[in-house]
Amino acid sequence: MSTPTPPLPRWADLILLPIINLFAAFFICGLIVLAIGENPIEAMGVMIKGAFVYSGGLGYTLFYTTNYIFTGLAVALAFHCMMFNIGGEGQALIGGLGAALASFGIGLYLPAPLAIPLAVLGAFIAGGIWGVIPGYLQAKRGSHIVITTIMFNFLAASLMVYLLAGPMLEAGQQSPQTAKLAESTLLPKMADILSPLGFDIASTPLNASFLIALGAMAVFYVLVWHTRLGFNIRSVGQNQEAAHYAGINVARTIIITMAISGGFAGLLATNEILGFNHKVVLNFTAGYGFTGIAVALMGRNHPIGIFLAALLFGALTQGGGELDFEFQSITREMVLLIQGMIILFSGALAYMFNPPLARMIAKFVAPKDPANG
Amino acid sequence: MADFLYQLLLSFDATLRIATPLMLCAMAGIFSERSGIVDISLEGKLLSGAFVAAAVAAVTGSAWLGLGCAMLAGIFMSLIHGFACITHKGDQVVSGVAINILASGLTIVLGIALFKRGGQTPSLPRDDRFTPIEWWGVDMMDSVPVIGTIYRQLISGHNMLVYVALLAVPLTAFILYRSRFGLRLRAVGEVPEAVDSAGISVTWLRYRALIVGGALCGIAGAYLSIAQGGNFVREMSAGKGYIALAAVIFGNWKPLSAFMACLMFGFLEAATTRLEGVDLPLIGEVPTQLMLAMPYVLTVLLLAGFIGKPRPPAAIGKPYHK
Repeated sequence: MSTPTPPLPRWADLILLPIINLFAAFFICGLIVLAIGENPIEAMGVMIKGAFVYSGGLGYTLFYTTNYIFTGLAVALAFHCMMFNIGGEGQALIGGLGAALASFGIGLYLPAPLAIPLAVLGAFIAGGIWGVIPGYLQAKRGSHIVITTIMFNFLAASLMVYLLAGPMLEAGQQSPQTAKLAESTLLPKMADILSPLGFDIASTPLNASFLIALGAMAVFYVLVWHTRLGFNIRSVGQNQEAAHYAGINVARTIIITMAISGGFAGLLATNEILGFNHKVVLNFTAGYGFTGIAVALMGRNHPIGIFLAALLFGALTQGGGELDFEFQSITREMVLLIQGMIILFSGALAYMFNPPLARMIAKFVAPKDPANG
Repeated sequence: MADFLYQLLLSFDATLRIATPLMLCAMAGIFSERSGIVDISLEGKLLSGAFVAAAVAAVTGSAWLGLGCAMLAGIFMSLIHGFACITHKGDQVVSGVAINILASGLTIVLGIALFKRGGQTPSLPRDDRFTPIEWWGVDMMDSVPVIGTIYRQLISGHNMLVYVALLAVPLTAFILYRSRFGLRLRAVGEVPEAVDSAGISVTWLRYRALIVGGALCGIAGAYLSIAQGGNFVREMSAGKGYIALAAVIFGNWKPLSAFMACLMFGFLEAATTRLEGVDLPLIGEVPTQLMLAMPYVLTVLLLAGFIGKPRPPAAIGKPYHK
């Protein structure tokens, strides 16, 4: 290395670089659309209209955004501790189980103001359990968290298939699903919440879970940057040995981190199950757990960034559905492709544009104090 | 008793068919992971291989061309993985996740654009697929009790790619332990600094390991879509790449042990389908989901050190900085 790469200014690292990575991902996807024989600009327009302009589009977008916020926070919290949680998918599934058990167990006996928090807690705890086991195995037994969480995704799927097709199957049902959850544990729709306040919005699946997601973001922020636990989490993430030397219980921190991380993922069930499906169905997680990785990466593990990234993915998911109606040969699966590209560019290839960009900026912005470079 | 043995034989036969893509992907995983690159993208490469094999075979009518292009597709995905994690030192797990999602999306998008069948490829006529090969003397051996049946059912009568998979295992072991490339490959996964100071390129070695792995995954994909099956369907890899990865870990990153793990996982699945709804003495009805989840349960237990001690390559997952 003859010329050391100058450090990237903070604004460029936080704003410019993500935009460049995003642009690169869209550019490649655009080329693929072009190769298929459709107009990428037109496709983009359809997606934007579908996500924001059409009546109810925004509601649906925010509904999907809610899912992505939960899984994004889950992945991001684990990232702060340098743990790679790709088990969001399984944790969210088990979160659905927890919500359902809570709903069936207590929903009949309690009024909504008491039953809803308990059902939400059920989702959080169940997801947390599915996260804490891999966390424990990593911290105490040294099994690699990536592989264990992958395995736990499959275990969760098997367990849910067994339960939904067996013990929890609704009587007289053919397709694997539970009976309708107790009425008192269902989350109200945002349209119903807002209309008494004078806001008239289109009725969409968007429900009170969106507010829970916003709350989770705030909790995340306070937890990571303003509590002792958060400090421990970040210390362990930066350097396990140093953290241990400073008297932090590394194993305990990892286990707690994974419990909360799993809990965040489990909260996805509040949106999909308590807020929308109103019963547990198979595969309601639909890949949100994996996309959470992209959300956390793009959002730089910060709640605000995660919200923006989740909004982007929510818009893509909703707008992608619109492609089905408008085009012959491109469909909503285009979104999977875009997601994959975004993970590739803003995650795996995160360092590709960094050095050239830093050199370019350094050329234009004269260093203030060369001795301090 | 004879009936039981015959049933068992059929289960072994099914085991082999189920284990074939696992074996190929596991060997791919061994090449990549022994060189120090985490490979959770086996799944995506398998899926890409399956799609390309079926698409090319459908368009050209040649299974061989399908196979060749599937290998190229696997290699192409491997090169993306290499470009991200070797050249740009990106996170190997993130790159793997990206490739799996990309493969998912790309196969469906291209499938719909090319064939307009909702992501499936057209069914291939028998002649355009790899069909079972009947070995010489099957009819003659029939007169020999037991051995004749074993010969007909278990040894003969598979398609070519099953035998390729069976050959891939000793070949991988040979390359890994008996060739210069294999020695260097193992070294680069343990102490890349040593390989580098011997004047051998770490980058090029790891790229080669990924390329071999990509080709193997491509073959596995072709097996799914143009040998075992007759067309591509969405998400047809269905987690097999992950099971293969589990087999690699279960086999402690060794070809022969991973092969045994593949057979065991294959047998569990074959036995599940066979025993579904059957009441066994003592056990009662076999819980299907539990049987199918066994590979994951066993891998978790193994990783946790309850069934022995896993020993992954020392440098796995770490990008090499000169």
